[in-house]
Amino acid sequence: MSSDAIAIQTAEVAGRSWVETLHEWVTTVDHKRLGVLYILYALFFLVIGGIEATIIRIQLMHPHNDFVSPQVFNRMFTMHGTTMIFFVAMPILFGFANYLVPLMIGARDMAFPRLNAFSFWLTAFGGLLLYFSLLGGNGLYGAGNAPDVGWWAYAPLASRAFSPGHSSDYWTIALLASGFGSIATAINIIATIVSMRCPGMTLSRMPLLAWMNLVMSGMVLLAISPLSAAQLMLLVDRYLGGHFFDTQAGGSATLWMHFFWIFGHPEVYVLIIPCFAFASEIIPVFSRKPIFGYPVMVGATVCIAFVSMSVWAHHMFTIGMSSYANSFFTITTMAVGVPTGIKIFNWLGTMWGGKIQFRTPMLFCIGFLFQFLIAGLTGIMLASSPFDWQLGGSYFVVAHFHYVIVGGILFALFGAFYYWYPKITGRMLSEGLGKLHFWLFLIGFHLTFDLMHIPGLLGMPRRIYTYEPGRGWDTLNFLVTIGAFIQGIATLVFVANLIISYFKGTKAGNDPWDAWTLEWSVSSPPAEYNFASIPRVSSRRPLWDLKHPEDPDSRYE
Amino acid sequence: MRIVETMQKADRPAIISRVTGVVLILAGVLLAAGLCTATPQDNSVTSIFDSHSTPADSIRHLSFFVLSVTGLIFLVVFSLLSYVVVKFRSRAADTEREPAQVYGSTQIELAWTIIPILIVVVLFLATARVIHAIQDAPKPAEAVEITAIGHQFWWEFRYSGLGVVTANELHVPVSDQSHPTQTFLKLLSADTDHSFWIPQLAGKTDLIPNRVNETWLDPHETGLFLGQCAQYCGTQHAKMLLRVYVDSPEDFKLWVRAQQQPANEDAKEVAGRQVFERTACLNCHAINGTNGTGRFGPDLTHLMSRSTIASGAAENNPQNLRLWIQNPDSIKPGSLMPAMKLSDSELDALVRYLETLQ
Repeated sequence: MSSDAIAIQTAEVAGRSWVETLHEWVTTVDHKRLGVLYILYALFFLVIGGIEATIIRIQLMHPHNDFVSPQVFNRMFTMHGTTMIFFVAMPILFGFANYLVPLMIGARDMAFPRLNAFSFWLTAFGGLLLYFSLLGGNGLYGAGNAPDVGWWAYAPLASRAFSPGHSSDYWTIALLASGFGSIATAINIIATIVSMRCPGMTLSRMPLLAWMNLVMSGMVLLAISPLSAAQLMLLVDRYLGGHFFDTQAGGSATLWMHFFWIFGHPEVYVLIIPCFAFASEIIPVFSRKPIFGYPVMVGATVCIAFVSMSVWAHHMFTIGMSSYANSFFTITTMAVGVPTGIKIFNWLGTMWGGKIQFRTPMLFCIGFLFQFLIAGLTGIMLASSPFDWQLGGSYFVVAHFHYVIVGGILFALFGAFYYWYPKITGRMLSEGLGKLHFWLFLIGFHLTFDLMHIPGLLGMPRRIYTYEPGRGWDTLNFLVTIGAFIQGIATLVFVANLIISYFKGTKAGNDPWDAWTLEWSVSSPPAEYNFASIPRVSSRRPLWDLKHPEDPDSRYE
Repeated sequence: MRIVETMQKADRPAIISRVTGVVLILAGVLLAAGLCTATPQDNSVTSIFDSHSTPADSIRHLSFFVLSVTGLIFLVVFSLLSYVVVKFRSRAADTEREPAQVYGSTQIELAWTIIPILIVVVLFLATARVIHAIQDAPKPAEAVEITAIGHQFWWEFRYSGLGVVTANELHVPVSDQSHPTQTFLKLLSADTDHSFWIPQLAGKTDLIPNRVNETWLDPHETGLFLGQCAQYCGTQHAKMLLRVYVDSPEDFKLWVRAQQQPANEDAKEVAGRQVFERTACLNCHAINGTNGTGRFGPDLTHLMSRSTIASGAAENNPQNLRLWIQNPDSIKPGSLMPAMKLSDSELDALVRYLETLQ
């Protein structure tokens, strides 16, 4: 049934002018198209954020380098952080959630398709607004510039007194706009998962990807709301004479820190939980075994979500909290390690006794496992608050969170790209280019971020545009920069693979990986309505049941 | 067939262990290279593991404990992961049949829940002890008390009770067996957030406007210890450097006495002093004994007792001083000191006058 639907569609496309196609994409409310829009938009910003990172790295290659001025350097790290978190990681994960969740739970669209489109365009507007600051940051007087207060915009640095002009306003309003978009998307994902599952798909039969996106969406509601509130308070301070964060008038600088990190820490889990979801779908398929300990995986995810709401002040160990507060946030932070460890062990248990196929998606997931292990362990070191008094705010912590975000999140995301690209486009990504991408990126990643820990241990603080020679930081920084270039080249290989394979890739067919979840039961790409008739499932792996009628999962659940 | 399989089996782990070995050796070499490329200037490599003061020592001990626990976890899980990846890879011979479908095991999952919980408890107890030891240390009556005030982009130090005000270069007495002397710092900020970090003496503590923080140190050795602002505070955060001179008790007394003196009055340099008093210099700078009492910039009463200017950005010598007054951006672009637009003769006179402020 599905192949017919595809044939009709292509015939139609051929007869359409590009204006009509564009119009269709701009006005679309189809969850798959919006998912693709999110992903393309995020990939565009990934390249921009990558260029900013490269500028930072070139500047730090040598001591006393003058590749860029301190002002430009400060804008670069502010824009790099803001871009990567709000306009790369969040939209790309929302994109995958949008595309995959309805398909995996047997629904024809999201619960609120028009709200979905509205969220995307709001987020897109936020990103454009942020970058418009490059032109319009100073409004009518003088040339433009970009925000330069760091991506935390700590008070009172972001107040009118220390950040005149409009660059901080662009930052604030861009985050407000995209924040509302994120909240709406989260509501949409929750509503979809709660009310649109196909017959037979009880909560305990839902694919882990859907479970984890449900938890992630709940966390978005809890995390983005305080951030949006804080942005509004900052605007009140800047334009309506408020004093929330105005330390000259009795306001509190630490209040902003609390607001920011009660968003900022759950945000890390908002980003990593969907990546856990990718790993939890990809690892079983390429190990040819079901996920080990499904209920425990769900429980651990919910547990991480709960505990991660009470760890935010570990970003603030150096602000002079009492020894009791420091102890409290030490134990809660370390406690997150327990459910996270359970997850790593469960993936290990999934691979144990399997027949592991080293296709590109699996390679990236294995990279993810090793790197996430290390990122978790350096996280434990940082959780030990006295140790954090030395490590926090240094290049050690920069290396740590890039280990999480690049080594964990980005690796899992690359895995997801290789895994679902055939479903989205109907063509396979090239395995050869994929493996080149994997190995190059792996080498570049380790050269950059393994070594980056060491200058931190030698006392190099983050966010400095230059440093003195002879501090033991020179050689390391040079090598870190080389690694960044290797990662850049690897990313270009990836982008080339995306483009070349779109036109020349081998046809994927419905189910190229011999997988088990519902999205592989429909054509690639799926028809607009996803399922001609709504499926009925009786286990966690409906396609396994179809392929192995003699030994269906439903017998054991 | 059998032999081929064994060979493959032997090859994979060998490659993996070789790669791991190379990575570890490379890391070691680089660390060593990083340490060796340092110039012989004393203590210029500020490794947190090369500690010389009680708070930094306690953190080092704790860090060794935490590192060995996490290192052990790493070794175990890393080996398990490597083993699984090598051992359970799919072989060409048997792609036909699916492996046994295992859904989970309550006992195993309980084990890998309870063991991490125990580890967390141990790590937490070890940590809590050090938090308490450092943060709740009682302040002895004879401790040296200093107020450190963070500014964009320099440090102001006021020694309570001693009447000493200086900038950027902190002098503290050594704390050895015969003279245990702790130095307590009250940390304030005049503008944005800053952070006080001397890696070899103590962990960092922030200086936050409208808030009072405290930290302490008791350096066991004399010498110079380097640090810098560790909380992004604006354009020149990078050049908000910090130098701590740990003096012997006698040297410290001498230094304090010298700092307590009013500014040197040299009749020959009246012209330079007049430049200071007649231009905008005195809006921001104080020189004890002149009518300059500004506090927006560093106190210059004993400017020449400091070895650097511009918060450690440049060596304190007549050329740099002249350049700094003429065009601060050439040394520290974005610093809040304005270019003073003095004539050459005024500049020369002013620099000659500043040179007398021993």
